[in-house]
Amino acid sequence: MKIVVTVKQIPDPNGTPKLGSDNRLLRDGEVVLDPGDEYGVEAALQLKEATGGEVILVSMGPAKASDAIRKGLSMGADRAIHVSDEELAGADALLTAQCLAAAIKTEGPDLVICAPESTDGSTGAVPPMLAELLGIPALTFAKKVSFEGTKVTIQRQTDDGYQTVESEAPALITVTAGVGEPRYASLKGIMAARSKEVKKLTIAELGVTKGSPAEHVLEVTDAEQRAPGEIFEDDGTAVERIIAFLAKVKAV
Amino acid sequence: MARIWIYAEINQGKLHPISLELLAFARSLGGEVEAVALGPGAGAAVEVLGKHGASKVLVNEDQAFADFLAEPATDTLEALVRAQSPDLVIFGFTYDSRGVAGRLSARFGVGQVANAVDIQAEDGGYVARVPYFGGAKVARMKVLNKPGIVLIRPKSIEASETGGTAILENVEATIGAGSRRAKIIDRVVEAGDKVKLEDARIVVSGGRGMQGPENFALLEALADSLGAAVGASRAVVDAGWVPYSMQVGQTGKSVRPNVYLAFGISGAMQHTVGMKSSKYIIAINKDAEAPILKMADLGIVGDAVKLAPQLTVAVKAKKD
Repeated sequence: MKIVVTVKQIPDPNGTPKLGSDNRLLRDGEVVLDPGDEYGVEAALQLKEATGGEVILVSMGPAKASDAIRKGLSMGADRAIHVSDEELAGADALLTAQCLAAAIKTEGPDLVICAPESTDGSTGAVPPMLAELLGIPALTFAKKVSFEGTKVTIQRQTDDGYQTVESEAPALITVTAGVGEPRYASLKGIMAARSKEVKKLTIAELGVTKGSPAEHVLEVTDAEQRAPGEIFEDDGTAVERIIAFLAKVKAV
Repeated sequence: MARIWIYAEINQGKLHPISLELLAFARSLGGEVEAVALGPGAGAAVEVLGKHGASKVLVNEDQAFADFLAEPATDTLEALVRAQSPDLVIFGFTYDSRGVAGRLSARFGVGQVANAVDIQAEDGGYVARVPYFGGAKVARMKVLNKPGIVLIRPKSIEASETGGTAILENVEATIGAGSRRAKIIDRVVEAGDKVKLEDARIVVSGGRGMQGPENFALLEALADSLGAAVGASRAVVDAGWVPYSMQVGQTGKSVRPNVYLAFGISGAMQHTVGMKSSKYIIAINKDAEAPILKMADLGIVGDAVKLAPQLTVAVKAKKD
């Protein structure tokens, strides 16, 4: 079975995001493989272990943004495709999906695995767009994935529990942390990753043309902070004070 | 006059509550507000959609909308959009609607503005506010292209009635031959019959500071005494202590209760983006530097595991 996992390099989510004068996120500080994508790589490797096959990472980002790809290869993915082009700086979700779709079509995988959304952007628009552009169904928010014969089955998170959803391959799935703790890259894995193939592609090579973006960013501001309230060390009166507060706001 | 559509999501025969919140936004934009409701139960939703400001509801009750993810709804919505040319289509940022909106925007080649918390009419167009980077930053984005496709996070606004009446218009289901693919074969409810997290007036939420899954029983007991729902941080959900349906935050649910009590939650952006619209926040954390204490109306540096059961006793005593 051939499995493609989309991966993205993002600024360290534990750091403070910095913006350039064009309101775009600066991506030259501390960068990491999006933690959400680690679950995608993990799910792919589990499926490969169960059924055999090949795991291919597909990423889009600046030329130097190859740390994320190396991390995924160190975890055990077999090879990678890196779509990189100066034209793509500030690409919106649709352009991103178009580039990823064009790159993925060159592989014709049985399964495409994505995170439900990136940790920096959080719009979650790419996976369903990608499925549409590839002409395949999307089985989203999977906390469990299995593959038998030509059929993929997932447990899909819902507001009050989960659904079992199935489809014939090829299909796209998005996976959550439920698929299992991502494995650490072993020293052997890190060494092996150095010699694994990373194929670079430009948008001209993919035959993608830039359309008009969906939105124009007018301004970016820091999120509003709530006004700080009262903070105190529990000196044995905590329960009393919480009850008094709840009574004041008529919650008890 | 601008024509504004909302996608009224139908889940297992019932209208998703986000639909009424979307109508509150749509009404404020100054156009003709209409809704599209697809799936068994859609017809029964027309009355409440009308009361919340939809002038017309386009309805089809084909079973395929309930049985298959995204594609049948996308096909039908595409046909309706082509035929009736709305200027803007607003979706809820929910599990199901996200799939439909994403496919639709790729099909029209127009992109989308997702995860918005607000939309306003401005200079003859629409401007959405979108938090990103875990909620640390907020961008104001002008929606380009037509139709504009915007997805709004649940609980970004209070639903409110206008007392109107909607016309029900039956429309055709346009479902492609190959669109019955991702099939729902089983549904499992884990939440039980307790108070629903997204509707609760009071939410009691736990994080790593609860020290282990067994201590969530302490929060359940407190929630029962308060008539509250129990939520959780991403860290404990990922660790498998409690089900995903309890997760509050960017990748979980957004809530805006009257009171949010955070027990042993540090207050990462990922979490606070889902609860900072709560009217009052009470937080208990051992770490005096925890960000959640700084955003709380009442912040207590203390032991969440010790205080939870004591508070339960005190609440019961107060109520007796």
